[in-house]
Amino acid sequence: MTMTIPVADSGGSGPAGKGSGPSAAEELARRRRTPAQRIQHVLHRYPAISPLLILVVCSVVFTQMNPRFSSPATVSLLMQQTAVVAALAVGQTLIILTAGIDLSVGAIAILSMMVMAKVASENGAPAPVAILAGIGVGVAAGAANGFLVTRLKLPPFIVTLGTLSVFTAMALLYTEGRSIQRMAMPDLLSWTGEIHMIGEFRITTGVILVVLLYLVAGYALSQTAWGSHVYAVGDDPEAARLAGIRVNRVLFSVYVVAGLIYAIAAWVLIGRAGAASPNAIGSANLESITAVVIGGTSLFGGRGALLGTLLGALIVQSFTIGLSLAGVDDQYRLLAVGALVIIAVSVDQWIRKVRS
Amino acid sequence: MTSQAEPILSARGLVKTFGRVVGLDGVDLDLHQGEVLAVIGDNGAGKSTLIKTLTGALTPDAGEIRLDGKVVTFRRPQDAREAGIETVYQTLAVAPALDIASNLYLAREERRKGVLGSVFRMLDKKGMRERAHKSVMDLGISTIQNMSAPVESLSGGQRQAVAVARAAAFGSKVVVLDEPTAALGVRESAQVLRLVEQLRGRGLGVILISHNMPHVWEVADRIHVQRLGRCAGVISPQTHSMTDGVAIMTGALSLST
Amino acid sequence: MSYSPLHTRRSRTRSTLALLAVGALVSAALAGCSSDDEGGADGEVAVTLITKDSINPFFVSMQKGAERAATAENVDLTLAAGKEDGDEEGQIQAIENAVAQGQDGILITPNGPGVNPAIESARDAGLYVIALDTPPDPAETVDITFATDNFKAGELIGQWTAAQLGGEKATIALLDLFNDKVVSVDYNRDQGFLSGMGIDTGDAQKNGDEATTGSYSGGDYEIVCNEPTDGAEDGGRTAMENCLNKNDEINVVYTINEPAAYGADAALEAAGLSGDDVLVVSVDGGCQGVDAVGSGVIDATSQQYPIVMAEMGVKAIKQIATGGDKPETTEGLDFFNTGVKLVTDQPADELESIDSAAASEICWG
Repeated sequence: MTMTIPVADSGGSGPAGKGSGPSAAEELARRRRTPAQRIQHVLHRYPAISPLLILVVCSVVFTQMNPRFSSPATVSLLMQQTAVVAALAVGQTLIILTAGIDLSVGAIAILSMMVMAKVASENGAPAPVAILAGIGVGVAAGAANGFLVTRLKLPPFIVTLGTLSVFTAMALLYTEGRSIQRMAMPDLLSWTGEIHMIGEFRITTGVILVVLLYLVAGYALSQTAWGSHVYAVGDDPEAARLAGIRVNRVLFSVYVVAGLIYAIAAWVLIGRAGAASPNAIGSANLESITAVVIGGTSLFGGRGALLGTLLGALIVQSFTIGLSLAGVDDQYRLLAVGALVIIAVSVDQWIRKVRS
Repeated sequence: MTSQAEPILSARGLVKTFGRVVGLDGVDLDLHQGEVLAVIGDNGAGKSTLIKTLTGALTPDAGEIRLDGKVVTFRRPQDAREAGIETVYQTLAVAPALDIASNLYLAREERRKGVLGSVFRMLDKKGMRERAHKSVMDLGISTIQNMSAPVESLSGGQRQAVAVARAAAFGSKVVVLDEPTAALGVRESAQVLRLVEQLRGRGLGVILISHNMPHVWEVADRIHVQRLGRCAGVISPQTHSMTDGVAIMTGALSLST
Repeated sequence: MSYSPLHTRRSRTRSTLALLAVGALVSAALAGCSSDDEGGADGEVAVTLITKDSINPFFVSMQKGAERAATAENVDLTLAAGKEDGDEEGQIQAIENAVAQGQDGILITPNGPGVNPAIESARDAGLYVIALDTPPDPAETVDITFATDNFKAGELIGQWTAAQLGGEKATIALLDLFNDKVVSVDYNRDQGFLSGMGIDTGDAQKNGDEATTGSYSGGDYEIVCNEPTDGAEDGGRTAMENCLNKNDEINVVYTINEPAAYGADAALEAAGLSGDDVLVVSVDGGCQGVDAVGSGVIDATSQQYPIVMAEMGVKAIKQIATGGDKPETTEGLDFFNTGVKLVTDQPADELESIDSAAASEICWG
């Protein structure tokens, strides 16, 4: 037997309840949303809209300052220069979605990269073996982080702050601070730097690989149960646990997958730099976090879209290229990036205030 | 409402100790299908311990639990859920940022048929939304229309409705509601109580834990009173008043069994 | 208690004092025994070399140089280092150990101003302290600094570039170290390079304040960009790409160090520019860099000598400890210049240089 139950709703539809006409409170609840509330709701549903708008606005402004900004040559450069950070940021996005953070992202990438390079050059192993070895190291490092976070229940910030030093030291000791040049390695390792002409755009294999990475990771996050669980664990771990999700397993898997992604980024980096150096990507940690935050993913977990991260990474690098082309002092880039981060976090806070 | 002779859930001689502290001191409980059994008792009387043993959050030190006539042991909440005992927690346990359909299917997601589902593990989001909508409608909640709305945009009563719908949607035999009206106002409490009656009407066994005597007397068929780790008696709203119930809870009145 | 507590305490204190006195005598005797081997006029000269870390090939070369000199000069050498670049604590401990052992001198590449108090105590205790490669802040903290003249290093490659251009217009890309902090090696090499080319640098402690166009010693110039590289290959590549994007007629590329130069070269190659069109110059002279000169990736580089720094440091301490003169700063500089040489396989007239083969015999790393 079904009864129509008048539940207080957010305005619009809804049958009248028992009794006489609507009360003042019901009138208030049914009032049409203000424009601000509408925007809030839209951003809530599609968090990638803010970074998309920012990217479009910036592109228009930079093109005004120097038309060359929109040329295929510049766009190609933008993609090549963003590729490595964008790849690292995929792993960082996964971890931040679970309300964690990874400060060891750059260190894991460097360690994987040096293992790949050294195993191929000094140990003379075939290229695929070397690459797999590097990926294995990345996965193991991610697993170490995951173990410390899930078993020892230490906060991710602290864990990865510690492993940052450990992995950095491991890489330096393993390589004695030396870098390995492209010529000393088999071609497959720098294959990610090979350029292909697609129309007037110069795309490297690495860029294609990173795009594929986004497609696969994006699919996993939005279309699979695992992705749903990642969001749930970040949004409310207790609710997830009570619903039957194995929270620790999900967390551990996220760190392991992130390690794998960092190793792939390392392979792209070898192609880009033409060398494997322990001094590369010095600011990778901050850059990956910046891309994730500007992209609209919440640092408190449970909210965000992977597409946003890609846009965030593109925004930051477009500032470098745009300001360079415009002949503007690069210090303004730092100012702009800092402002964007603060704006992004504020918008995230505002969106969370969505009410019925 | 008719209740069948054989209880759907019964417990005999449940004992649970925490070191020197006795949580349950030999408690019996029976729940029939199509019945609302309220569990009342003062703080520390063993209400939540009793419920936790029945829903798998705790394992009793002694005693037996039978579901549908068969003896069952639950090592974790998942076991109870799989056996058909669903719990609506006081905190609701819904993920606020996720939408209604996702919450309903949390940890029970359904994949698409065929290759997409088995190889690519793609979720059947459209199907889940439709089935979620149906579950919600079946409970008589007609005002939550959009299954894609994030749960945090719903009112307290609507969220409660989603949590109840989740408990009822998966072929459960028993639904346990822990203080469902505690955080709600008068109007929304009334709506939740109607939901409880809906569940009963479907033939489920419902256990309702509550401090709110008027609500208990409104919907319960029988009332199990916990006191000092033991069952102080099982009464019914027809035979006893609220004052009687409170008196039994505090020990002022004792039932001659 | 049958006796008064006061009585018991006093006798306990007395025995403790006695034990301490005996202990002090014993350790003094032991110390006296060991110090016979170090310090003092009749023992070996003892020196500690404290580097920033023991991983960076630059510092490893220093250690090797110091060991060579120690063997040759019969000096007792202790090697120490911070755990990593920036570890002041580790260096402070090494300084204190040197003082405790009564050594004659310390050679140090300071990790930061945190080591200054320890250095001052060491000097008060009579040790001679020489800073290597990086002068401390303030420079007077140590007795003297042995370092590369980074300005001169830049000047040499600047002069070479001007000579190589032979009057052609110079379209210049400047690939610096940082753009968000100011470091002396960064502005010294950059401004040295521009001075070597005969370009007015404005403030010699500031990069990027030069006029964008003007004339150098051989003709006209245009500075296209000042881009940061972080001193690594990937940064070098990005910087070069952005410079080329602004102006693809660049024919002169100054780089802060050789890794940045490799990255720049990769970008030039990707852009289809051959090595003949563009002059790439750098500073460092590590063995990998010298190989790059040999293979044509880098056209000229200024070689610095960390090994010499360490060797001269050891020799200087020995000299002082045996009653000789103290070293003095090079004229016109506030440090002792350990030398820098131009390395190129395309020598320019009237500009002294050595070729890559010769350079690889004395390279470091």
